[in-house]
Amino acid sequence: MVSCLGRAADISGAGATFPYPIYAQWAATYKAETGIGLNYQSIGSGGGIKQAIARTVIFGATDRPLKSEELEKHGLVQFPMVMGGVVPVINVPGIAPGALTLDGTTLADIYLGRIKRWNDPAISRLNPGLVLPSTGIIVLHRSDGSGTTFIFADYLAKSNPAWRDEVGVSTAVEWPIGLGAKGNEGIANYVMRAKGTIGYVEYVYAKQNKLAYTRLVNREGVAVSPTLSVFQAAAAGADWAARPGFDVVLTDQPGAGSWPIAGATFILLPRRPRDVAATREAIKFFAWAYRRGGNMAEALDYIPMPETVIALVESAWSRQVVDATGAPLYRGGS
Amino acid sequence: MIAEPALERRTRTRQFVRIDSGYRWATRASAVFVLLVLGGVILSLVEGALPALGTYGFDFLTSQRWNPVTEKFGAAAPIYGTIVTSFIAMAIALPIGIGIAVFLTEVCPPVARRTIGTAIELLAGIPSIIYGIWGLFTLAPFLQEHVQPSIIDAAEGIAILETLFAGPPYGIGMLTAALILSVMVLPFIASISRDVFETVPPMLKESAYGIGCTTWEVVRHVVLPYTKIGVIGGAMLGLGRALGETMAVTFVIGNAHKIHGSLLAPGTTISATIANEFTEAVGDLYTSSLIALGLILFAITFLVLAAARLMLARLERREGK
Repeated sequence: MVSCLGRAADISGAGATFPYPIYAQWAATYKAETGIGLNYQSIGSGGGIKQAIARTVIFGATDRPLKSEELEKHGLVQFPMVMGGVVPVINVPGIAPGALTLDGTTLADIYLGRIKRWNDPAISRLNPGLVLPSTGIIVLHRSDGSGTTFIFADYLAKSNPAWRDEVGVSTAVEWPIGLGAKGNEGIANYVMRAKGTIGYVEYVYAKQNKLAYTRLVNREGVAVSPTLSVFQAAAAGADWAARPGFDVVLTDQPGAGSWPIAGATFILLPRRPRDVAATREAIKFFAWAYRRGGNMAEALDYIPMPETVIALVESAWSRQVVDATGAPLYRGGS
Repeated sequence: MIAEPALERRTRTRQFVRIDSGYRWATRASAVFVLLVLGGVILSLVEGALPALGTYGFDFLTSQRWNPVTEKFGAAAPIYGTIVTSFIAMAIALPIGIGIAVFLTEVCPPVARRTIGTAIELLAGIPSIIYGIWGLFTLAPFLQEHVQPSIIDAAEGIAILETLFAGPPYGIGMLTAALILSVMVLPFIASISRDVFETVPPMLKESAYGIGCTTWEVVRHVVLPYTKIGVIGGAMLGLGRALGETMAVTFVIGNAHKIHGSLLAPGTTISATIANEFTEAVGDLYTSSLIALGLILFAITFLVLAAARLMLARLERREGK
């Protein structure tokens, strides 16, 4: 059956490293079902953006969403594919996972070097009844440029003006203090074995390494623990419809049950692709991943996009991605 | 009948000439090829670095700032880290490496010689990522718990040492990176020194022993003077590796763009910075600054090699060679 359609070319993509495991899983399953392969190179978000602009790949992938103007300038459409949550992790003797509660202001002050000890009044105030040691706080951050850092810094900037003005938001920033560790695994490992440390990792690393995560006070003033459902609540609470380029960073989102540090990872497609056939296949793959890939994503501790967002993305495809004659590549509902 | 051998000789001679000139041409081409590659590397580095160097000018070398958000970049911290870690690594590895080589050639019983020699060469074959992981998982925790606290305590109150070994003990940092580097360059220095020590004519050594020299005196006054050019060559090879080592350093140096007085504090090196940040460097100035770092590393390596050549030339002149 597949053979009579002819051998379709593989879909090529490049970019963010964070979603690589789930893209690889989807690609393998999709290949088994349809015979069409996906070749994804996880070269980093920066490279994904560059290659999407240069049109050397069918699609690019990035953790740092491009702004509407940038998308307009380079003739790209952008949409969120899957989400992940970022979790602060600590190693303080005597404090169990989830026992410590922090809020954005305090977390930013720790990363600014203004809160230096674990028993600082700012931390004690959030944790009445918890006995905190007077030891110094060792701050861990990513040494490599990373979408995780982008999401984390965005949260700190939204919750603490000093962070916004003095440090800012990017995939790598000028850290006021602390040690840089390479990758999520580098941070997880250092936090695991060194006492007095605090770091931030993708949820899956906190879970698999059984690290002591902290609870966070969200925008509504509710302290929440990191689970898949609170990450999903963050995505559901966000106002996607108001952003045509879907450039929403899921930090500090409304909703009493929402985790304040989450983020989607994005796909970039050209609006008028040169290789129409391959781009059509790519969109088919993404539509399939939205509809059928949710369980696979959850099994790998990623968070599938909510139904409402998928509908918005599909409508964006059918309006924005067209071939040379102006006919849309995606007509929905396959 | 008579002409034939002469004819044959002539054809064969012509053949030899052809082979010889072909051979000469091929070797020359290989040498030129290296120069071309080197020139290409320099050109593309300069071209890539121009935007950053044009924007920041001389400040790029002296500024410690490294801010991807506001795009303010300066290379002082990575340059400092590269030079300091390599220097400490050489200070540790050079005496130990020469010591190993002396032991292997002068003292060691022949049975153990080959085993120890192979073990050292195996050290050179370990990929650097393994050193990095070992440093992060084994060496750093050990230093943090057992070594650094006592160093910090011992140094307290002593003028310069107090700053050099100021706490807290993170485990990872400049000193840890230097220690890892010293282990990595050790096999180069040891095995090259051993090889050149073996070239010392036995007659020289035997004469020295014959007039009653001790092993130390033979090494000091016969072996080392005879082989110093080779030993320095081995040291330079090791230093080259230390300056450019990336993966192992990235794991254990702490990756902070700051110059600290303390060796226990986190720092960064040029190659570690490039490896960490290149994939996610968005924006032309950011990428260009990283390439400029590469150019600086190139220049540092070149200066070090040139200094070594100069030193050798001066040594030779003093001996009147």
